[in-house]
Amino acid sequence: MMMEFDRFDPPPAKFPGNVPAIRVQANADHWFAAAEALHAAHAHFLSLWGADDRDRDNCFRIYGAWLLPDRVVVIENALRDVANPHYASLAPLFPAASRMQRAVYDLLGISTEEPDMRRWLRHDGWPESVFPLRRAFDGNQQYPVTSEPYPFVQVEGDGVHEIPVGPVHAGTIEPGHFRFSVVGEKVLRLEERLGYTHKGVGKRFQAMPQAEGHWLAARLCGDSAVAFSWAWCAALESITDTLCPPRAIALRALALEHERMANHLGDLGALGNDAGFAFGLTQFSRLKEDLLRTGAALFGERYLMNFILPGGVARDLPAHASALLSAQYLKLEESVAGLRSIYDEHAGVQDRFRETGRLDHAPAEQLGALGLVARASGIQCDLRVNMPWPPYDGLQVQPALQTSGDVAARAQVRFDEVFASLRLCRALLADLSAGPVHAAVPIAEPGSMGIGLIEGWRGPVLIVLEAGPEGSIRNCHAHDPSWQNWPLLEYAIIGNLVPDFPLINKSFNLSYSGQDG
Amino acid sequence: MRVLTFARQFGEVVLAIAIAPLFAGWIAQCRAWLQNRSAPPLTQTYRMLRKLFHKDAALAVDASPLFRTAPYVLFGTMVLAAAIIPSLATDLPFARAADAIALIGLFATARVFMSLAAMDIGTSFGTLGARREMMIGFLAEPALLMVLFNAFLLYGSTALPSLVDGYASHPSVIDPSVIFAAVAFVMVLLAENARVPIDNPATHLELTMIHEAMLLEYSARHLALIEWASSLKLFNYACIGFALFLPWGIAIHGADGASALLIAVTALIVKLALAGAALALIESVSAKLRIFRAPEFLAMAFLLAVLGLLVHLLLGVSTHA
Repeated sequence: MMMEFDRFDPPPAKFPGNVPAIRVQANADHWFAAAEALHAAHAHFLSLWGADDRDRDNCFRIYGAWLLPDRVVVIENALRDVANPHYASLAPLFPAASRMQRAVYDLLGISTEEPDMRRWLRHDGWPESVFPLRRAFDGNQQYPVTSEPYPFVQVEGDGVHEIPVGPVHAGTIEPGHFRFSVVGEKVLRLEERLGYTHKGVGKRFQAMPQAEGHWLAARLCGDSAVAFSWAWCAALESITDTLCPPRAIALRALALEHERMANHLGDLGALGNDAGFAFGLTQFSRLKEDLLRTGAALFGERYLMNFILPGGVARDLPAHASALLSAQYLKLEESVAGLRSIYDEHAGVQDRFRETGRLDHAPAEQLGALGLVARASGIQCDLRVNMPWPPYDGLQVQPALQTSGDVAARAQVRFDEVFASLRLCRALLADLSAGPVHAAVPIAEPGSMGIGLIEGWRGPVLIVLEAGPEGSIRNCHAHDPSWQNWPLLEYAIIGNLVPDFPLINKSFNLSYSGQDG
Repeated sequence: MRVLTFARQFGEVVLAIAIAPLFAGWIAQCRAWLQNRSAPPLTQTYRMLRKLFHKDAALAVDASPLFRTAPYVLFGTMVLAAAIIPSLATDLPFARAADAIALIGLFATARVFMSLAAMDIGTSFGTLGARREMMIGFLAEPALLMVLFNAFLLYGSTALPSLVDGYASHPSVIDPSVIFAAVAFVMVLLAENARVPIDNPATHLELTMIHEAMLLEYSARHLALIEWASSLKLFNYACIGFALFLPWGIAIHGADGASALLIAVTALIVKLALAGAALALIESVSAKLRIFRAPEFLAMAFLLAVLGLLVHLLLGVSTHA
């Protein structure tokens, strides 16, 4: 596909990564034009982030990343006015950019003309004039907590009232604040406030050597440990031209599919429970637990936070793994098929699932849905299908697709993906070649940038890595698809009943920690 | 004789207070088994009460005396209701003081106090729960009244002891209207006691709660009293159901011997065990209804009870003739 920026000067360069990607150097004039061209080409907006490069070439940089059907496009915008760095807002074209722009301002002080510039990540932890991701900022500096009001959008009308929920919830879940404006039981508007789990990982990465970055990446979001650590390693391996042994690549994919299945099984159980059908929770929890225990026995840990390393994986499977896994897959397939028919035929469960939290194709497309949520609304986007990286290029992944966009559709996508993952795992085991599982990784050249983009269970997980001198990390941007999908939840709840929110929320099951960074 | 009657009344109330948590624990146990989970012991509910009574109560700054007294009022009304309902014997001094319609009023009093207390603190969840509770309540009450009218038509009295006596004296009469009324009664029981499919007693999701949302601000002895009152309410409803539909074994007027009471206690425990298992089964196979389906559910209960009345009026004459 020929795009307008293919004529730019300098021309787009190849961006090293596990998927085909190009890097476009746009100046301030071309920044918005390039975004418009991508918008016209129906590109999926992927991420927006910034960097403080005043120490190197005296400018700030802002980056945007998009997904075209065949490649990733990264647009770079160098902001020369360092006293007052400013760029054109992308939110008019890509509404998902709005919160990312607010986060970029909180961390780097790079502003845009967006009307909503309420703070997003800065929760009274540091003053407005301080920007933690600037190079001069000392991460050990402590600031007194000053509480400032955060104005929520008010809904007015007869009988309208607000229900504030969180950030501390009745169950053991992560913190997030939800402000409902309701009439009776009907939701008129939901506004989310997140950022409570901001840990400053961008800053922390900069203090780590390249050889240890995967360790932090795996811990960004506990349920996507494999996806994030693989994305990190893919970025580093692509800028150091490391070739992973085929066996290591297959084992990574096996781990990723196990992570996908474990999360889907857990969600399916929780969906049943939130519909008041506790039987589903106990059955699916048992299946998930069995899978995690097998993981602990074969990969060495329940949640694979230390499995993927740059150059390969930490350990090989034991000799009996193949037989053990085949037996478990058979049992799992049988159980899930049985439970699926119970869910499908249970009138009470289906009554709760269908037409609840509906996200139609058009708004999902317009608001930039990604991953599982997008697939439930009829958007065909799965990196394993669209731009398969090894080993998925040899596996012919069948995409799961539903069109109704309700809770039922998101449950069906999960069921379909569990079965698809089982098929992939069997294929991976059958073709598992012998050989080493690790290769040495040299130090990356200073200033080189690489991208790792992995289809995690929730959607595409992105790491963009810029190497510093002597094996250090200059910048590392991590992006979870929850950034795109949280605002969709606000949309999907409109007109639904307050007591249906937990069910709708669970059907999205978005990350707090992964997005807050 | 008089002393004996009062002793029996007293014994009945003490038994109700003592075994109500056991009944709730039994249902929880059956639910766990039906979901293939390992079950908590039967004593779990008692342990929970003991734990709560040993804690220090935390009160919201804005709590008025109403908030503090509501648990006692709630517990008191449920104990009084237990005294009125003939769970073991019909010859009870308290039972004469109030008939079944007054009993419904007693439950309504408890509901009003609970809802007022929930709104007293001014949190959004308390008000949310109170609002939903009142909606369920005002739909459930007419259905319950219709169920009782069925029984009244059969035996010509609104006092539960007379109903039991009347049933026992014509054991051969099985009226088809009773079946309609019984189904309606079970539906009302589920709705009134915050069970699936109307409410979920086990949920941690604030936004879906009905009964639990009203208790969120309570702690320690206040919470213990409310939990105990809730299990008493369930016990009372079960006993109303037994008195109306399964009165076998209850010691009726004139049967004053120790053996009659022994039979009554045994019968009650067997009936509770079966009813608890049946409730757990209903709860395990159903999902929670969407909240605006609750009116349909209770309208169905009302309709069934009215059908019972119609069946009785149309067919009842011939049965009795």
